[in-house]
Amino acid sequence: MFPTAFDYVRARSVDEAIAALQPHGADARILAGGQSLIPAMRYRLARPAVLVDINPIQDLAYLREEDGYVRVGATTRDVTLERSSFLARFTLLADCSALVADPVVRHMGTVVGSLCHNDPAGDWPATALAARAEVVIRGPGGTRVVPIDQFIVDSYTTAVGDGEMATEVRFPIPPPRTAGAYEKLERKVGDFATAAAAVRITLDERGVCTAADVAITALGPTAMRVPEAERILIGQALTDEVIEAAAVEASRFATPSSDGRGSADYKKDMARVLVGRGLRKALQRLEA
Amino acid sequence: MKQRVSIEVNGQKVEAEVEPRLLLAYFLREVAGLTGTHVGCDSSSCGCCVVVMDGSIPVKSCTMFAVMADGHAIKTVEGLAVGGVLHPLQQAFWDQHGLQCGFCTPGMMLSAYAMLQHQPNPTDAEIRRFLSGNLCRCTGYQNIVKAVRQAAEQLATPAGVGG
Amino acid sequence: MSVEIKQGHAMGVSMKRKEDPRLIQGKGRFLDDIVLPRMLWQAIVHSPYAHARIKSIDTSAALAVPGVKAVITAKDLQGLNLHYIPTFHGFDKQMVLAIDKVVYQYQEVAAVVAETRQIAADAAELVEVEYEPLDAVVSPFEAAKDQVIVREDRDQKTNHIYHWEVGARADTDTALAGSAKHIKQRMWFQRCHPAPLEPCGILADFNAATGRLTLYLTSQAPHAHRTVVSLVTGIPEDKIHIISPDLGGGFGNKVPVYPGYVCAAVASIVTGVPVKWIETRTENLTTTGFARDYHMDVEIGATEDGQLTALKVTTLADHGAVDAAADPTKYPAGMFGIVTGSYNFPTAFTELDAYFTNKAPGGVAYRCSFRVTEASFAIERGMDILADELGMDPVALRQKNFVRKEQFPYSSPLGFIYDSGDYHATLQKALEGIGYQDLLAEQAEKRARGDLMGIGISTFTEAVGAGPSKHFDIMGLKMFDSAEIRIHPTGAGIVRTGAKSQGQGHETTWAQIVAEELGLDPQNLMVEEGDTDTAPYGLGTYASRSTPVAGAALSMAARRIREKARKIAAHVLEVGEGDVEWADYKFQVKGVPSKSITMKEVAFAAYTNPPTITTRRT
Repeated sequence: MFPTAFDYVRARSVDEAIAALQPHGADARILAGGQSLIPAMRYRLARPAVLVDINPIQDLAYLREEDGYVRVGATTRDVTLERSSFLARFTLLADCSALVADPVVRHMGTVVGSLCHNDPAGDWPATALAARAEVVIRGPGGTRVVPIDQFIVDSYTTAVGDGEMATEVRFPIPPPRTAGAYEKLERKVGDFATAAAAVRITLDERGVCTAADVAITALGPTAMRVPEAERILIGQALTDEVIEAAAVEASRFATPSSDGRGSADYKKDMARVLVGRGLRKALQRLEA
Repeated sequence: MKQRVSIEVNGQKVEAEVEPRLLLAYFLREVAGLTGTHVGCDSSSCGCCVVVMDGSIPVKSCTMFAVMADGHAIKTVEGLAVGGVLHPLQQAFWDQHGLQCGFCTPGMMLSAYAMLQHQPNPTDAEIRRFLSGNLCRCTGYQNIVKAVRQAAEQLATPAGVGG
Repeated sequence: MSVEIKQGHAMGVSMKRKEDPRLIQGKGRFLDDIVLPRMLWQAIVHSPYAHARIKSIDTSAALAVPGVKAVITAKDLQGLNLHYIPTFHGFDKQMVLAIDKVVYQYQEVAAVVAETRQIAADAAELVEVEYEPLDAVVSPFEAAKDQVIVREDRDQKTNHIYHWEVGARADTDTALAGSAKHIKQRMWFQRCHPAPLEPCGILADFNAATGRLTLYLTSQAPHAHRTVVSLVTGIPEDKIHIISPDLGGGFGNKVPVYPGYVCAAVASIVTGVPVKWIETRTENLTTTGFARDYHMDVEIGATEDGQLTALKVTTLADHGAVDAAADPTKYPAGMFGIVTGSYNFPTAFTELDAYFTNKAPGGVAYRCSFRVTEASFAIERGMDILADELGMDPVALRQKNFVRKEQFPYSSPLGFIYDSGDYHATLQKALEGIGYQDLLAEQAEKRARGDLMGIGISTFTEAVGAGPSKHFDIMGLKMFDSAEIRIHPTGAGIVRTGAKSQGQGHETTWAQIVAEELGLDPQNLMVEEGDTDTAPYGLGTYASRSTPVAGAALSMAARRIREKARKIAAHVLEVGEGDVEWADYKFQVKGVPSKSITMKEVAFAAYTNPPTITTRRT
């Protein structure tokens, strides 16, 4: 299948990219990895009139720990996170980076691109929610930082406005005694998730949970935080019963559709299973 | 509006004016005239189109525009053999009966080629994992894994060393 | 424990495949690799509706796009009497492009021909079709009610296509009713798709000067396709040349004739230049020949201690919108009668009703013979359910009921004659090979602690190798196959059959067969298939038929060469023909084995007068 025709602009700096976006409004799209955009264009579901290629912007290809954040530039590839040794201790991020798409696609796909695409079954949106990420957006008026809960607006819709571009996602470095996990159920590597869960917990010295993040994806119009599950976990020792209660809450919260990957009931139950597994894995990692 | 691109394919510069929407896979097949890179799906799922960019980066050439590869180097299956001598991956696929119809084979070999740059000593599990973005409808994958294992062993053995 | 393979000269010898060197170097010649000068591209317009009337088709916007050369609709095809093509059973016909209404989602409605792929795709979007949606029927159970009629073009306004049955209905019903154990299970072998990695395509090239239509075609059966094209278009068969090049898998998907093929051929005739159409994966999955889609009610009767008494299988077959299943005329449900499997049923009965639904047509032999996978699944699953009902080990149930060695040749109650077999020994070898007793112990241990573990056993008997002409045909074309062998003066040769490999390795295995029969080097026997101008007539490769049929033809042809060669050998060895025997891969004088001549030497002698080029030099 062949995309519709478009005009192509190569940007060598963020300023150049933003300037190139201005005349076209919603008709222009940023092209980074293209691993979500190009398939959408091949199916002609996306028909941008203009693509602004930011791959040449070397300044955006960074992954570093700085000022209390893990900072990921807009052209940083999934595989860079997957192979990063310093990132390995951020178990939720490390898990997700190895499960997105497939091993080849991860060489081109970007974290920021994935967040901006905001597929209802996206792995990075759920992970970003559980990691309390912030997205840096630049526009003609300047720079703003949007917390992930506000960044995710609707299916394929984010807080990035026409003429703006996301330049970075940053993950606040969690306190010590924090571990997470990303659990993904898929029919086949490379398929969208049938259901997936991103979880993260912080325990104090007595083993009581002081912070919890639970997010699910492929189970509604976007990746979603499950606030009630988080409330159930906080202030508790994470016994099997407490974990199961939080997991059941995720199941109740999910609003999946029946499709070729499974019935809505099945997917709701998988939300429970995957949140439970994720929490138990995170706990195991802390006890290790 | 057409764009001028210059892409080094298997060591040779290929220059052309192309529509921005021309996918790299079709640039390779129709502009560079190298039909060993195949297109098997619409959804970046099958991996028949995998080529290697800049020495070690595997990319699905159906999910990349030719204009994105401007100024970069691409290795296709036609660039694996050197001076008529088969690359160990090619030899291994032949030795281990790792192909039947041959349609997925170029992409399989190039994914493996990229993997071996990064992980020269993979376990079978790692081979299977790295090739999970490539589909084969004929073989059932066992011999593909054997082939990649043979190639890895071959490449790890320095030439001229006995044994 | 291993199976001994007798090593011959070429058969039983492990060799690397001869087709691999070009494939591993990316030098295969697949359909989309072939380019002809001035070639145009075709794109198809598809219906978004599964069932809808077509109120109007406006091609003007598409035609106005620069670079568009033609837009074809059913009206244009009607003018050439090409608006319908026959289907495999020969009793149904398929619209090439939709006429009056569409009957499956994604059905082909128009074809656009343009200078580039991209222009064709862009222009296809500009063809304006006005649809009036109708209720769609997508289940054969619903279709059976005849409330929504799929095919208004047929004389009988019903969705019921045919009924087929074989066996003894009354005896079977009686036996089931009187059985101590009687299991019944509905099984849906769902519609699936062969999905070869290379989609289907055609490069049609009509040469007005010679009057010849050349079709490069992803075809598993090039001769059959040539005959069909001739019958349908009226073009004499000698003026049609089909070349099936390297194929990236087939699995039955490249057996049917698709609307895209017909449109491209017509487009080439009309425009006078080559026209290529290669489908997208989406088109492949939505419009081309699917497999299976049988809803089977399986009933098995048995005594208290697990002796089988009867088998009854009742099937609803979902054929999609056209009866295009690839089955022989006499056997609309293919080899489904093999459903008694490996077991000795005293009585059996099976019946099938086929229905039209608003889905793409098909019913191809996907990775198996005709409908045999459906049958094998039905009986093996049924036996497992019965074993569970009896509280019996599924292996023990099978062993108790296998056709016994002494019973061969065995006539099944559904009309198959099984010529030979030793099922008990075969299963025993398999059980030893997997360590069945150890697996059972492991299973018991796991179950004791609440873990689940299953052991899957399937002992199927499959009918393949279609087949004898009096039984097997495709669209009436008898399912024989042919071989042609030419040996060159230097003992190399060229081998041709009417089969068509899509990855099966014929270039190697046919060379092995002929090399074995003639004592020649398989490396120097070139194998050719797929070009209808040069290959002898055959019905192609699908349903696991090639080695039993084309391979057998090769053996027979090779033996005829051997008989011819015997005359020459005798002459050269200066003995009577009766004094020469073929032994140890050469011709030897009986009783004087040192007096011998190889086939290679015979070949040279056949073509030359002594002294020869080689003898002159010494």
